Order: sequence, then C-alpha cells, then structure tokens
Amino acid sequence: MSSSRREQPPVGEPKRRLGFGLGALVGAGRAAGALSRVLGRGAGSTIPGKLVVAVAPGALASLASRIPGGVLLVSGTNGKTTTTRMIVAAAGRAGLAPATNPAGANLLSGLATGLLAGPGWKADLGLLEVDEAVLPLAVPRLRPKALVLTNLFRDQLDRYGELDTLGEKWREALAAAERIPALAVNADDPLLATVGQAFPGTLNFGLRDARHDLGRLPHASDSQYCRTCRAHLDYRRVYLGHLGEYACTACGWRPPALDLWGEEVELMGARAVALTVRTEEESVRVEVDAPGLYSAYNVLAAAAGCRLLGIPLAALAGGLADMRSAFGRGGSMSVRGRHVFPLLAKNPTGFDEVMRTVLQEEQRLFLLICLNDRIADGRDVSWIWDVDFERLAGRCAGIVASGTRALDLAVRLKYAGLQADIVEVGSDIPAMLERAIDLVPDGGTLFAVVTYTALHEVRGALRAGHERSAALGPRA
Amino acid sequence: MSADTCGGQSELDKRGAREIEGAQGPRGAEQGMQLRICHLYPELMSTYGDRGNVIALERRAEWSGMRVRTDEVSVGDALPEDCDFYFIGGGQDLAQGTVAEDLCREKAGALRRVWDAGAVIFSICGGYQLLGRAYRDAHGGLLEGIGILDVETVARPGRLIGDVVARSALEGSEGKTLVGFENHGGRTYLGPEARPLARVVRGAGNNGGDGTEGAVQGTCYGTYLHGAMLPKNPWLADHLLRRALARRHSSFELPSLDDSLEERLHASRTAIR
Repeated sequence: MSSSRREQPPVGEPKRRLGFGLGALVGAGRAAGALSRVLGRGAGSTIPGKLVVAVAPGALASLASRIPGGVLLVSGTNGKTTTTRMIVAAAGRAGLAPATNPAGANLLSGLATGLLAGPGWKADLGLLEVDEAVLPLAVPRLRPKALVLTNLFRDQLDRYGELDTLGEKWREALAAAERIPALAVNADDPLLATVGQAFPGTLNFGLRDARHDLGRLPHASDSQYCRTCRAHLDYRRVYLGHLGEYACTACGWRPPALDLWGEEVELMGARAVALTVRTEEESVRVEVDAPGLYSAYNVLAAAAGCRLLGIPLAALAGGLADMRSAFGRGGSMSVRGRHVFPLLAKNPTGFDEVMRTVLQEEQRLFLLICLNDRIADGRDVSWIWDVDFERLAGRCAGIVASGTRALDLAVRLKYAGLQADIVEVGSDIPAMLERAIDLVPDGGTLFAVVTYTALHEVRGALRAGHERSAALGPRA
Repeated sequence: MSADTCGGQSELDKRGAREIEGAQGPRGAEQGMQLRICHLYPELMSTYGDRGNVIALERRAEWSGMRVRTDEVSVGDALPEDCDFYFIGGGQDLAQGTVAEDLCREKAGALRRVWDAGAVIFSICGGYQLLGRAYRDAHGGLLEGIGILDVETVARPGRLIGDVVARSALEGSEGKTLVGFENHGGRTYLGPEARPLARVVRGAGNNGGDGTEGAVQGTCYGTYLHGAMLPKNPWLADHLLRRALARRHSSFELPSLDDSLEERLHASRTAIR
C-alpha cells in the first residue's frame, strides 16, 4: 500500500535555505528510495520526495523549473490516476519522455518523487496527478504550464471539506499564480465550468451523447446549483452524478460551449468503452480497456491535456492501445478458472457508476464489496447511505461484504433490500475474497467493488492466488 | 448568510412522494396502519448520507407490516401537515443559507403546528442548528432559527470531527448507547427548555465542553451524529417510530424485529477506542 496519502498537506513553507546543491539532494533522495525498496518498506514510492521536500522546501520549484517542456497537472476527485496515465501513454507515442508520479502518490512529496524518479532528471516534460486539496499548494511551487481539472464529487468530507470551498480555493490559487496555467476543465461539472470561466482561453470539454442520459439527477449528486444566483440548475441531460448538460433558467447563466467533446460512446459491459473524441479540427475513435462512462470522461480529460500540450489526438489513440497490452483486458485476473474484476469505488458517485457498469452484464452478479475506513479511504463511512445500492435488488447471485467496516456495509445492504443475497460478512479481505471466489461457478465472473486501500489488499491477494494456482498447474 | 433567489425547481427533481406496501403484511401492527414521513430538503440537506435515517424508518415500518408514505419537500413547497415524522439533515454552507431562508419564511408556522400536535421532528447537524433559536456565524452575524428547540449555536474555528459514543439521557432509555460520527464547526448550547439527548463518552457532542450531545424538547429531536445513525442505533429508531405513531394511533404494538446485524454493528462501534 502506498503510504503517501497519510501525509497531511503542509500549511506553510518554512523560510530557511540550506547551503548544499540540488544535485546532492537528488542523489540522496534517490538513494533513500532505493534503500526503502531494498528494506521492503512500501514500494519506495514517496520516500525520496519526502526527503527532498523536508530538507529543502524550495526544491520542488527547482525540480519543476528544470524540466524544459514544463509541467502539466491533473487534479479533481475521480479519474486523476487514469487520466494521467493516459496522457503519459500519449506522450510516449508522440516521442516524448515524461516524468510522472507513482499512482496515488499525489501529495507534495509524491510530486517531488515523480520529478526525481525514472527519466525525471532528463525528462522532456512533467505529467503529474495532484490531490485536490494539495492543488492550491502545488500551483505556486510547480508553476505548471497546464492544468486539467476532471470533476469534483463529495469525497472524504472529513478531510477535504465541502466542494464549494474547494472550488473557491482552486480559483484563488490560479488567480494568484505568477503565470496562470493553460486550463482545461470538465464543463459538464457546473462548479468546474464556473472556475474555468474565471480565466480567459479555458479549454472546455464534456460529453454529448443523448443515449447515456440518466433522465434524472441521482441522489448522490452535488453541484446542482447556479453559482451566480443559487437557483437549482435545469438539466437537459444527466450523464453521471451532477455531470451533464444544464443551464440556469432563473438568471440565464449557461456553461461555455465545448471545445472538445465525446460522442458515440459505446459501453462494453465491465470490460471496455469506445468513443469518438472531437474538436473543431480533429476527430478520433478510441477504445480503452476500462469500463463505464467515467472511463469515457477520463479519455476526454486526457484528450484535453494532450491538446494543451500540443500532442495530436492520434497519439492518444495509440497510447490507449499501448496501455491495453500492458495491463491486460479490463484489469481482470483469473483465479481457479474464475475471472475476478477489481473495480475501485471510493465515493458515492464512484459506487453508483461502478454498479451501473456491472449491471450492464447480462448475468446475475457475484459481488465482493469491501469498505475500509483507513485514512486514505476517509474515516467517516456515512456516505454509503448516499449510494443507491437499492438498484442491485433482484440482480445478485451472492454478495460477500468485507473490509474494516464490513458490518456498516452489511447493514446498508440489508436496508437496500439485499439481505437475502448476503452470503457472508467478515473484515478479513483475503479470506472473504477466497470465499467469494468459491461462490462463483467455473468460468464465471466475480466483481470486487472496493475502496482505495482495499484495492491494494485485493490485488495483493489476487496476485498471490494467481501465482499459487500457476504453480499448481492450470486447474488447481 | 443571505439568500437571493429561491425556487427554480428542475423538471427532473420535483417534489416527490412514494408509497410502499408493507412487505410481510400486518404482523402485530394495527390493521391498515400507515406511517407518513416528511423528508425536508432531501437534495439540499443530504451531504453525509443523512437520508439513511429515512430509509431506516421506511424499512423498519415496512418490516413491521405497515404501509409507508414519504413526501419529499423542498424550497418553495408547502409543508404537508398530516405527517407523523419530519426529518431534516445537514447540508453544505451554500445550501444551508437557502434552506434557512425558506424554512423561516415558508415553513416555520406549519412546522410549529405539527410539533404542537405531537408529530416527531428529527434533525441532524445543520438541520438541528436551524431548529434552534439562533446561529451566530464566525463574523458575529446572527441568523435567526425557527426556535422550536431552545438551543443556540455559535460558529468557532476548528471543526469537531470524529467517532462518537454517547450514553442516552432519554427517560426510559437509560443505559442505552448511541454511536455515530460527528463533523461540525458550530458549538451548540442548550437553554433551560431543552434537554440533552445523550452524554458523550467519546467525542465532542454539542460543543466539546459540557459533555452533552443533541437535544430533545417534547417530540423534537436534534443530534450531531450525522449519516445514518438510526440503523446503527435501532433502539432509537423504534423509540422515534413509537412516538410518531402515537399521534394518530391510541394503541398498537411494534413487533420486535431481528436486529442481530444492527446490534453487531452497534457493539463494534461502542468498542472503538
């Protein structure tokens, strides 16, 4: 598990300078990373960055300023990691060598680690995902050339605070920037459209496909109010959470026209999604091995990032194909003849969308749902009552509830009318994963819908199980 | 706080009402009994999964063989006065300003009438604060509440966030515990008319100082335990259900439900350190 998200964002920067050069620090940081990997403390992901950030507070700015092509940041609630990986793949196809941070290591130390690691010292450009609460600190330090904002959903309210406050902090940080970065925002999100409108030249992206209209706002939708007059926005189409096509009928405010948009979205169950990405000048059909409408939004955010960097959309299509071969179809794993699909769902909208995705599958579903309340997940699990678990009624063949808060989850499922489907409740994730796999008939599929830290546990257990069954032959 | 525009209800999100038939038929409950719930501002005051309390009451009434009707009431809607149970949760600051104005201007009179008539009002966090006499914000500004509860709230820097375990202060429910999670900037102080709902064993409660948590005045309840606190505290859910039904039904008996799962959860949360 990455320990990076446990770090609290620093409040201010101490005013002190140290006498030795950045080169020495980089060397020390890398050595610490290597040491931490050798000692088996995590993946060594943020140790070098932590050291550099702690020893020389100005180091982040120096590191960023040395990258000739500048730095692009990706921030928002959902899709940061995937969007960043997509832009990295596209940059690779375009012949660039980007520096990037390890998945999820998105606080200041993770950013420093990203600029240090891999081709960091010799990189053409930096492509970094940034925690949404850290973004206001990252902008003045890294002076990014470009910034992509994906979405803002309620997530870990005990840690991030309320969405409107966060949106306002972003706007202030950008307005105060020495050099305002080229900005791309998901204009289907009213709060982000408002942030984007405060700056000239913002690239607005979104989805335009009437076939994926939900018809109404789901319960867990957040920013449905006009920032100008506070009236309820009038939605013409709702795609996902509060993302959609809308306008204010009270004061006449409407979002800006889209500069880049997605059409003809084809959802292929829990495995893949295809869509056409268009601008006034370019159009490209892409396919990505990640499911759901949220993956289509990730592709659009990545495409917007490519536009800001001058990377052609054809390179993105190629990059997405490269990612496919690297990670295997949809990230599934085969264990004892069953397919196991881990699906990350860390907030109400994430859960709603993952359920919408797996419900496209024809069969009755076998589900392992894991709810952890570690710091990186958020200690408060009240949000599970904002998830519409009710829609699983009549569609499940068996549910196993697990994680540190398995009992909270089981009670939520009971009140969603799913008690008869609950086969077992237990906090031990590897044991419950085994139990869930046992429920599934040979050749069948288990969907493991899990929160952030539970994903690491499930993946670890799956890898161990996979290696075991490989060692024992094809059908252990 | 000030609010400029109200209304502008979307076509997609009009006031809704839903009716549920008791799944298992009358079972101890009086023939044809119906629980009428009014959920206030479900889309504005629902930040922390507070709707779980409405879900809990709906399901438990249904499992007891009752029919359930839930009216969802928002900005600009008239408050139905024939309900047994009124619920208002907490919201984000922006929404809360809009709600405060609508509540005071449109609904205060009706809410006071139903309370006088014995309907149960259950409120959480921001909703709890608005039912009090006043809310003093961080800049010294005063926002008048509707004053059903004799409590006053003062905003102070530093939010009170974390798990709460509290011992019931309700008459007849001594020895019971409440578990939940709190996250609030306001500190609430009880006047002489209000009684505490519970006393904290762990966590801050009303103000982090006097050890009280929540408030009760007649059939009006307020608490800082947000999210779905009723499913975790089924004894309180049944207490509220009994009081809500008592308004229109002179004699009835609630069947005892199988709460083993809820009790395991409750026990796991009282054991945390």
